[in-house]
Parts: sequence; structure tokens; C-alpha cells
Amino acid sequence: MLAASWSSNFSLFGVCLSWDSRKLTLELQPLTMETILLLAHTEADGSLGKAALEALGAAKSLNAALAGSAWLVGLVGEKIQPAADQIAGCGAAKFLGVAGKDFAPSRYATDAAAAEALCKAAGATLVIAPGTSRFARCLAGMAQRLGGRVDTHVTGVAAPDGKVAVNRWYYRQRMEAALSRAQRPWFIVIDPGSQPAWQGAPGTAAVEAVAVTLPDSAKRTTVTGVRAPAADAQTIRPDAQLLFVTGAGWTKKQADGQTHVPEAEKIIREFLKVGRASLGSSKSLVDLGGEGQAILPFLSHLNQIGQTGATPRHPKGLSTCCHGEEPHTVGWRFINERRAISLDPNCGWARGKADVLYVADAFAVMGKVNELLAAK
Amino acid sequence: MSIAYQIVVCGSIVPDPLQTLEPVAGPAGPALKNEMILPAVLDPWAGHALYEAANLAKTAPGSKVWLVSLGPKAKLQQVMMTVAQKVPFELVALDGPAGGFTDAAETAAALAEAIAAIPGLDKSKLLVFGGWESAARGAGATMQMVGERLGITDQFQGVDELKVGPDGSLEILERIEGGKHQISKCAGAPALLGWATGNLPEPKNNPQVGMLNMRTVMPALQKAKPAKLAGEGLNFASVSLPKQLRETRIVKDQSPDAIAKEIVEWIKK
Repeated sequence: MLAASWSSNFSLFGVCLSWDSRKLTLELQPLTMETILLLAHTEADGSLGKAALEALGAAKSLNAALAGSAWLVGLVGEKIQPAADQIAGCGAAKFLGVAGKDFAPSRYATDAAAAEALCKAAGATLVIAPGTSRFARCLAGMAQRLGGRVDTHVTGVAAPDGKVAVNRWYYRQRMEAALSRAQRPWFIVIDPGSQPAWQGAPGTAAVEAVAVTLPDSAKRTTVTGVRAPAADAQTIRPDAQLLFVTGAGWTKKQADGQTHVPEAEKIIREFLKVGRASLGSSKSLVDLGGEGQAILPFLSHLNQIGQTGATPRHPKGLSTCCHGEEPHTVGWRFINERRAISLDPNCGWARGKADVLYVADAFAVMGKVNELLAAK
Repeated sequence: MSIAYQIVVCGSIVPDPLQTLEPVAGPAGPALKNEMILPAVLDPWAGHALYEAANLAKTAPGSKVWLVSLGPKAKLQQVMMTVAQKVPFELVALDGPAGGFTDAAETAAALAEAIAAIPGLDKSKLLVFGGWESAARGAGATMQMVGERLGITDQFQGVDELKVGPDGSLEILERIEGGKHQISKCAGAPALLGWATGNLPEPKNNPQVGMLNMRTVMPALQKAKPAKLAGEGLNFASVSLPKQLRETRIVKDQSPDAIAKEIVEWIKK
């Protein structure tokens, strides 16, 4: 079959030899020249955050893997020049930007309008973006508006045979898929922490401004602030080296037949302080409050990891007093080195999932750990 | 000022989270082994959205809650037997696949069409609720696409709290990075909220509510419109369970001091 058709201005013919049980076929197939847009928003200080630099690294690698592709950068924020200068040496063919006070807040209507304008200005067929809360709110909607498709929580992007494919997890990190899509534009939203961040020297970048006229309806929502725990009560630390996972065992009766919740609270808080860890919790422990049982007051659903919680990424993880089988353990799917303390040597949370399982009383061990860390 | 809201909750069904899941190749792409006989539940975050919707409807007289649900009819019926006992709602059922490997854009198209067809829908009173991510696809994409199709550009994701002001404005807390919440104020309906956990416990089963709901649930299931999700343009090269099984070193019969020392050395490394 030598007939072929294509609609893109950026297409060329490629030769494809295929063989099935009956015949050898020579086919001319349209090769689409992809235009990759790295779409990123600035932080409050005008710089690009780590997640954006990771997405940039993915976009650059994809460009290298796709022969004939072009890649551009699109920036959104109140001030974008510092961000453009920060990545001036990244090798993008062009820097586009939407800037102004209206684009400072993280808000669906204005972020969507900016993203739409940048994608159109770039003629993007592939949009690579960081999976920050800001972009997680609007980019799927943008894919819809532009007649494209989206994949979020992407953990890998590649083009091994000239065809773009991504990896992502399904059923709350319980199975991993590799997939590709025919539709364009294809928004590929990278899971923060899953890619190496681009590193390079800053410089001076020329940014082409893309004008966006906002209707009044885009300003019906006003961002009024951020609610954060007091600095000493902040237990979720995405950049921590260690995730400390607490299970319901901390609030259960101990060897003396009594619960020791105040002591558990003291030990956990002390470890977070001296170990500079981030705190994760099993669902059962977070839910105890709703069941009228003794609780650890500093835990909320924001700490919850696993099936209906978060799946944070940290280099190390230490679980204590956790129990349960596979469905519960997805919470530390993306933890590299894992250790667990449990009284149950056959605990499904730890066996086959952790590198080391200490069969011991977490109260006793963590008390000693705190002493040692405080002494150093 | 009290507004009688029309609250439409999008919520599908997922396998009970405690089930063991295994991917298999189906005729139309990847699927779950024994998918049709796996016990199912209402998607957890969509469940929170439903409870929050019912709570809001209770405080805003004249409000009504619809639950728009896409799934295999038989499975929907099974799950609705329980869900219908929780809070009052009217079901709008769509008969189609609810698995994680379906495409968000196609699911959103079916849901938006069903919402737009609700008789008497008034956009100025419309709040569209759903879970911010499902426990199946987990993409956080469907609700945004539904909103775009309905022309709603005040959208919020990872919502844990909604307060309605005396002027009808909405104060919304959304989850952002680092265990924080962003606080936004929206002028009012229409708006779309993808809920996280919220603040409400799961309501206890109430047989009276169940009886009332079942009057509309069964007819809704009987007339459920088929939704064909073809997965056009989507190609799965592979779906697999993680193979990695760690060789766990079991440390028994050591003193807390010795274990603590080892842990500290590991942390410091």
C-alpha cells in the first residue's frame, strides 16, 4: 500500500517495512514533526520551582529523542523574566510568556486562559508540564478546550522508536501502564519527584510576550491566602529525606494493657523535630477520630498516605506500628529505601515491601532513636 | 440570602480497595481480572463529594442533589443499594465501563451530556461536585473536562472545605503542596469542586432515606443510557503489576538500643 494522507504542515513521509505471515509490506507513513512546549508557572519570587525544572528535563530529553522535533518554553506568572533567565541555557528554540498581576494567583480561569494562549502561540502538539497543584487544577480542562488529551501523574516519557509513550500508574499506584496517544495536543503532566531536575547556567533570555485578554468572568474567583500550620506544627515536608509513617498501633493497648497516646504523641513529635522527617499516616489512624477513639491530634487527612491518600516521594521511609496487606502499602510505593518497625514478623506491610523489618516495640526503639539523634 | 442550589455530583464505582487487583488483556484493551465479580464501592473521594453535597443541600432550603454515575448497570445497582441509604439524591445512571483504563475525555463527554440533559437545570444555581481523583484512573482530569464542556471556569480541586457566604459567595479551601490549603473566594454558582476528604464522616445507613431514594434509583437504572467509551486514539503497550519483591531482612531478638543505633546510622547515611 503506497497511499497515504496527512493533514499536518509538519509532516514528512517515512518508510516502514512490516512483515506478517503472508507478505512483506512497504509502507509510506506520515512522520509527524512534534512541537514540544514546556509549560511552567513561576513561583511567588518569579523563579521556577523544582517540579518545573524536572518537567523541563523531560521536555529536553524528549526533544533529543524525537528527530526533527522542535521545543519551546511557555511561562506563566506575574513576572516571568527571572524564570526565563534561570533557564536561558536550556536550549529551547523560543521563550513565550504570559505575564501580569492577573496571572500571579493560582486560579483556574486565568491559568487556563494563559495556557491556552501559549499552546496556540507555540503550535504545540506535545505539552510537557509539572504536576503542581496549580497545573493539576487546570491542564486537563485545557486539553479539553483545545480538543486534545491529557495524561497526569506521568512518571516516564520516552520515544524509543520515534513514537512518544508515557508511563503512569493506575488504581492508586497498584499497576503501571505504558501508553501512547494519537490525539494532539497531548498534555503530559509530570509527577513531581519522578524526574531529574534540569541543571544549567542562568543567562539572559529573550521572551516573546503573548497577549491574553481576560473577560470579567475570569476574575470571579479571588485567591485570598494560604492556610498553613504553624511552623512548629508543620508535619508534611515534601523535601524531607525521610518519610516517617505512623500506623494505628501507636494508639492501641500496649503490653501493660493500657493505651499510651500522650507518650506516642511526644515520641512522634520529637522524632519529626530531631529527624527532620515528613509525617505520613495510615488511613486507619487518621480515621480513629471519627470513630470516637483516642487520636494523635496533629494528624489530619493531609498526612494520610496509601489507597485514599498521597503517595509521596522521599529517598527513605520508616514505618512504625503499621499493619495490612498490599492495598495499604501503596503509600510508600515511591520510597526508595524502606525500613519498618513492627511487633508482627509476618506483617504484610513490611515483608517483601521493606528492606529491613525490626521486630520490636516502636515505643522503645523510637524513644532511643530520639535520644541518639538529639545527642548528635 | 439563601440560594436553592442544584448540586450535581459525579461519582462512579471502583473495586473495593481491599481487593487484590490484577490486570488482564481484554477485547477492548486492558481490564481487571474478574472485574465484573469484584465487589465494588462508590469511589471514595466522590463519596465525600456526595456527603458534602447533601450537607450543603440541607443548609440551603430548596436545594437538590443529583448523583450522575457511569458504570455497568448491574454493578451500579449493587452499589446503589448501600449508597442510597446514606443521603437523599436523585440518580442519573449511565450504563458503560467504569474501569481505570477508560479515557477521561470520553467519560467526561458522557457525564457532561447527562448533566446538561437534567430537566430544569439552571446554571446560575449549579454546583458540580465530584472526587478530585478517582481510585481507578486517578488522573484528576474528568471533572475539569466536565466543567469545560459545561462552560464552568470557576473550578477547584482537592477541596477540603466549602463555606457559603450570606451574599452567596463561596469560600473554598483547596489542598496545595506541603500540607497547606489555598483559600479562594468565588462570586457564586456556577462552580465546579473536585473534593478531597472534606470534613464530614461517612453518614450512617438510614433505611428511610434508602426507601425514598430507591423510588428514583430503580427507574433511573432501568432507563440508563448506554455510554460507549471506545478509547479512540489511546493505545496501551503494557499494564503490569510491580514485579519488585524486596528481600526483607528480619531483625529479631535485638535490644531497642541496638536497633535504634542501626536506624540512626541508616538515617544519617
